[in-house]
Amino acid sequence: MNHIRGATAIAARTPKWVSVIATVSAFGFAGSAHAAGTPAGTSITNTATATFDLPGGSENSVESNTVSLIVDELLDVTVVWADPGDVAASPSATNQVVKYTVTNGGNGDEAFRLTAVDTSGGDDFDPSATSIVLDSNGNGVYDPGIDTVYAAGSNDPMLAPDASRTVFVLSTIPAGATNGQRGRIDLQAAATTGTGSPGQSFPGAGQGGGNAVVGTTGAAGEDDGYYIISASTLSFVKSASVTDPFGGDTRVPGSIITYTLVASVNGSGDLANLRVTDPIPTGTTYRPGSITLDGSGLTDATDGDAGHFTGADVHVALGTVPAGASHTITFQVDIDGE
Amino acid sequence: MKFTLFMTALLAPAAAFAANQVTLESQIQVEREVRNEDGTTRTVLEPTNKVTPGDRLLFTVSYRNVGAEAAADFVVTNPLPSAVTYVGADSPEPTVSVDGGASWGSLATLNVKQEDGTTRPAAASDVTHVRWVFNDTIPAGASGKLSFRGVVK
Repeated sequence: MNHIRGATAIAARTPKWVSVIATVSAFGFAGSAHAAGTPAGTSITNTATATFDLPGGSENSVESNTVSLIVDELLDVTVVWADPGDVAASPSATNQVVKYTVTNGGNGDEAFRLTAVDTSGGDDFDPSATSIVLDSNGNGVYDPGIDTVYAAGSNDPMLAPDASRTVFVLSTIPAGATNGQRGRIDLQAAATTGTGSPGQSFPGAGQGGGNAVVGTTGAAGEDDGYYIISASTLSFVKSASVTDPFGGDTRVPGSIITYTLVASVNGSGDLANLRVTDPIPTGTTYRPGSITLDGSGLTDATDGDAGHFTGADVHVALGTVPAGASHTITFQVDIDGE
Repeated sequence: MKFTLFMTALLAPAAAFAANQVTLESQIQVEREVRNEDGTTRTVLEPTNKVTPGDRLLFTVSYRNVGAEAAADFVVTNPLPSAVTYVGADSPEPTVSVDGGASWGSLATLNVKQEDGTTRPAAASDVTHVRWVFNDTIPAGASGKLSFRGVVK
């Protein structure tokens, strides 16, 4: 085939053929780029055109037949556990929420059947799934009474190509679960058109009149989410050091006692709204402005900082303290004279 | 009246002659992996009218000069369906356009203008049209096949 003209020779001919090119095929596909690919039902048409000159200089144009292909619906779905980590729960707790994202990886609108499986093994306890809830308002957060409870076959979520839906699984935690144990819950999603081996075809079942073809996911997806039992405990250690007026550590009138309170959270969950209250011992007087929290001074007034002095007690509010964290509070008193 | 008749007599046979001079046939086949009995796979080309995203397609244009005279300046043009990404072609290699047919060249010589006004070298996925420009005339009775490959987006 040495009679093909090189690129430079072709460039010189360009104007001659522009009008010919403009007349050829039209496409049903409007053209937005989908990760899932060309939308199901799109028609792909192809027509070639030849132009040539006959002896005597007449210019001619011939079109080929038009070949038409239809894009079948590809069935693909993925499920991904969407919590940032194990969901903390307590033994016997109900309606404990684990979150998943279900994504239509196919190229057609498809409804998906959801199933929560709680006896999946490989964990320390089996949560009991009580309901699956669809994130109806799309805010990614479970809203009791607002988000729609899922019922298989009646509100299987319909997803456009590439679209995702957040799905919550609510479970009851068994009473016998103990601190630090993990329980697995598995959400499965399956294309309602059908599932099977990749390449399996459901004739005529695709969106837009083509076939539906099982994609690489088998048209089914699943992922495991986990609960972890967090039975957190607080350890609280109080110590005192004495400084007497003579540079020693005897407890005499005029000595200063510095109390140190260390609050540590152990276990596997947060402790919310943790408050420390310590009364001033009899025979001592609180030294104004002596409260510190983790080395920083706090005022005695009830104000924006975490601590205050009531006249009888030292109060420090620590807020929510995660497992593994500790806070150190100090305050000072003077030993009263006789 | 006489003049009109004369024109008709002159033009009608010419038009019919041109249409019969060259035939052009377009065909699309899909590459499928077929599993052999021993577990290995082989690739086969099948005619198809249904495809899925990711399918590899072979476009073939067959031409034949069925007329009595040689056709000169023979050019075959195939716009790429918008749902198909160009992959490449076997010999004879076509020239391509990445701008809807306004300019042509080998892919390596073409650039694409970007939204910010700069240009970048064209990629196979930018190709909008392919065409074959023949240097030699196509003698009466001669035929050939031209092909290129693409993937369903």
